[in-house]
Amino acid sequence: MKFLCDAERCIECNGCVTACKNENEVPWGVNRRRVVTINDGVVGAEKSISVACMHCSDAPCMAVCPVDCFYRTDEGVVLHDKDLCIGCGYCFYACPFGAPQFPQAGAFGLRGKMDKCTFCAGGPEKDLSREEFQKYGSNRLAQGKLPACAEMCSTKALLGGDGDMIADIYRQRVLKRGKGSEVWGWGTAYGKPDQKPAAAAGAKS
Amino acid sequence: MIAKLILAGAALAVTVGLSACGEREQVIVYKQGKYQGKPDAQPWQSDPSASLYTSSKWTQGDKTSWEAAIRARNQNQNEYSRVQ
Repeated sequence: MKFLCDAERCIECNGCVTACKNENEVPWGVNRRRVVTINDGVVGAEKSISVACMHCSDAPCMAVCPVDCFYRTDEGVVLHDKDLCIGCGYCFYACPFGAPQFPQAGAFGLRGKMDKCTFCAGGPEKDLSREEFQKYGSNRLAQGKLPACAEMCSTKALLGGDGDMIADIYRQRVLKRGKGSEVWGWGTAYGKPDQKPAAAAGAKS
Repeated sequence: MIAKLILAGAALAVTVGLSACGEREQVIVYKQGKYQGKPDAQPWQSDPSASLYTSSKWTQGDKTSWEAAIRARNQNQNEYSRVQ
């Protein structure tokens, strides 16, 4: 299971962030997903991408965890056991995406147990139980669903699901839309209208 | 005799010098770790009828049918297959 974000389509609406927070009832101060924008305001060069845990095949968080609270499911989702987590923050330093989040509370910023994107797969509690929801959020995979962020994405910039499937979807999309005179914008993201050049020229005149 | 010593010394120097030219592995090999926590259930083991507001149908405990349901749902993210 993987995420794939199409930077040509992402419009920085933060719908994925909102969907994630709503679906999993993520506490204040913790963002399992966020939208990163580069070249903000530069015409033609501004790109946004939605980032969360990438569920790495060779996850650095898993490697550095001193209490070995991480595991990978058969579907390739990296999850962790909050009952074991000691909130040390090693995974935060190891992760290249800043995925691990730590709820903070109190005047001294007391750091809680790590929280991160679960690919909406819950955790090692009984599936669809209250305990699982309280600790890890919604378990949509056990309901035959895919992550809320990807399914809610209005422009379908964010794809989530089986790696081969989303790669096929993205490949089909790229082949369909091709590459026009402008390498960014609506035409590149959504493809050109199916019009013959002659008809288009006639329509203009 | 002196020539032999010089030759041996040179050979030793070359050997020691070249030993520093060895290629070292520069790719970090992460240890996978040994999960110490509670075992997790597989998503296809859950009861499909217990799911709220879902169109996915699979046979409880059957991985293949669950994967087929997920693949079908995955295609909802492909608007080219939805509009055509």
